[in-house]
Amino acid sequence: MARYRVSAVFALIVGLLLAYFVWSTQADPTSSYRFKLGLDLAGGTELVYKADMSQTPSGEQSEALAALQGVIERRVNLFGVAEPLVQTEEASSLSGITEDRLIVDLPGVTDINAAVAALGETPTLEFRLVTPVTVGTTTQTGYMSTGLTGRYLASASLQFGSGATAGLAAPQVLLNFNSDGAKLFEKITSENVGQTLAIFLDGQPISTPTIQEAIPGGQATITGQFTATEARDLVRNLNFGALPVPIELQSSSAVGPTLGAAAISAGVTAGIIGFAIVALFMIAWYRLPGVIAAVALVEYLAFMLAVIKVIPVTLTASGIAGLIISVGMAVDANVLIFERTKEELRGLSGQEGKTPREAVHIGFERAWPAIRDGHLTMLISGVILFWLGTSIVQGFALVFVLGVLASFISAVSLSRVFLLAIVPDLPAQAEEGRGAWKFLLSSGFRSPVN
Amino acid sequence: MFIINHRGFFFWLTGLLLAAAIGAILVWGLPLGIDFTGGSLMQVSYQNGVPPLATIEKQIAVVPLGSVSVRASGTNAVSIRTRTLTETEHAAILAAISADAPATELSYTSVGPALGSQFANKALWAIFAVILVIVLYIAFAFRKVSRPVPSWGYGLTVVAMLAIDLIVPAGFFAAYAHFTGAEVDSLFIVALLALLGYVVNDIIVIFDRIREHLARNEKTGLRESFEDTIGKSISETMTRSINTALTVALALLALIYFGAEATRNFALVMLVGVVAGTFSSITRSAPLLIPLANWFAKK
Repeated sequence: MARYRVSAVFALIVGLLLAYFVWSTQADPTSSYRFKLGLDLAGGTELVYKADMSQTPSGEQSEALAALQGVIERRVNLFGVAEPLVQTEEASSLSGITEDRLIVDLPGVTDINAAVAALGETPTLEFRLVTPVTVGTTTQTGYMSTGLTGRYLASASLQFGSGATAGLAAPQVLLNFNSDGAKLFEKITSENVGQTLAIFLDGQPISTPTIQEAIPGGQATITGQFTATEARDLVRNLNFGALPVPIELQSSSAVGPTLGAAAISAGVTAGIIGFAIVALFMIAWYRLPGVIAAVALVEYLAFMLAVIKVIPVTLTASGIAGLIISVGMAVDANVLIFERTKEELRGLSGQEGKTPREAVHIGFERAWPAIRDGHLTMLISGVILFWLGTSIVQGFALVFVLGVLASFISAVSLSRVFLLAIVPDLPAQAEEGRGAWKFLLSSGFRSPVN
Repeated sequence: MFIINHRGFFFWLTGLLLAAAIGAILVWGLPLGIDFTGGSLMQVSYQNGVPPLATIEKQIAVVPLGSVSVRASGTNAVSIRTRTLTETEHAAILAAISADAPATELSYTSVGPALGSQFANKALWAIFAVILVIVLYIAFAFRKVSRPVPSWGYGLTVVAMLAIDLIVPAGFFAAYAHFTGAEVDSLFIVALLALLGYVVNDIIVIFDRIREHLARNEKTGLRESFEDTIGKSISETMTRSINTALTVALALLALIYFGAEATRNFALVMLVGVVAGTFSSITRSAPLLIPLANWFAKK
């Protein structure tokens, strides 16, 4: 008994500390442990792009995708968003075709138009060799990919060179390649002296210089028919990052700040009221164990919220749904145990009823297989959903899995420790006090002591 | 024992409920939202009251879009559903509907058609995978009780129950959607998934009691008919089933009355599912085992 009391006090202190952690980190606006709210609650824009990998060699795809992510991150940062999130996702459909996606979350941004424009206007830059293609009797100009793309670009700058127009300096765009790009450029130029190397911007040839000699050093100049403004824009866009692979907007969604704020306050209100009603019902029906279940549930919630903050799990509407269901599971585990305790107290099928403490012990023991199997099936389901689901289903599944785990711990440890710390070990023949404990451990709205 | 003695009645009741639900789905259909079909959904609010919907429709018609649906949503807002919009079209619509009274965009979602069908596919496979794993787990957890029903029989019974328990709320939603214009969105799928978890747990509790009784009878050598064992198990677990359902239902009611608009349909589907599911696991899961046991006894 003393052992259980020490554990119970310890559990209470831990619960209080957790609750304090949840409350204090939320009260402090600078804390890094504040709840991370999904865009559906906090307001903001989510853009999902498909990366077109059809032109990228299969060995370089993951690298290209990482480069794409980097470029988009740079662009997003230029857009000025508080906590942007750029992530890549490989979605495989059942037909075996994989699709690479880029998901951009922009909290606080509600103007999709501006966001799409800011992200999407990046040019794709590519160098292609001109090769004559014979179609029937006529010879046409064909272009052959060299593998040298904007991915290898380190920087671009604007300069004015002596152009064809007399007296006027023509704007030129100077490209600096990174070390890989420089090697590739040197190789291409040395192998193809005398040929034409076309520079493609967004799929259009903008400049078709002829290779005079091998060019080491990794610098190239584009002398297209630019105006000074066009050249400056091109340089800016190239510096912001030429996209290594083309992207296509697949879906977009924006939630205004008012809708998100309303959703949060309504969610919190519903949560508090719902919890209060459930706790009242438990106390009214299950008396002493009901009170203990309510305390255990508060601890359970404090624990869950702390875990959500520490991991951190981004809370969305579907995540909150998962939380509510897992609270339901935690309540159920308690109900199972109390019903069992009550049965033992009453005495099963003609047997003599147990003493209160024995009843609590046996109640937990008997309820255990049902709790274990129920929780394990839910755990497995949750893991599968997380594994197979789309992001909205994953949001639900993650919180649900955490909740089931926490419910497991709370039901079999917390409620048990609290009950065993309180219910005294009365000898079987002691009649005094037994009725009172029997009443406290029973349930229902009428007096069941008989 | 009431349920066991009148199990014929409950079978018919189930059949009737199931027929009504399937009927609702067949007649009214489940209107799929843009998460599944692709398309754009825009929610806008007007500060000084919503203009007549016909006016808004006329304003939108400036942009050639094909069919457009405009519905009132809440007191001060409308939701506009169209095919997948480009950003230019999106901006054009916003400008058009703001012509008379300024409209504030509350939310905007646009899903490409390819992404939509992928979501539906993935969700369905996830549900199937979960159901399969549940059968396997239950067959494993009940491996020690193989008489009079083999352990996989419990798994199969659970799956039969789950099918019923998902069809009933889906049927309810078909009727609800028919009268309110609600649409099946990804949260609806989440609700079905959550229900799956809830109902499995509910049935397992009853089966666990049957398992316990069967094991004890074997040990003590008590001869008891399977009907009696099941009847005993159901009445012993009934208070727990009802109380758990009641607490979850209370939490869901709080979510319906005080919760966010976005989770209201979710909570409603869950509520119907929890009530129907609890009723179903009490009245049907165990009685389904009896014909199964008889069938195995004959073999």
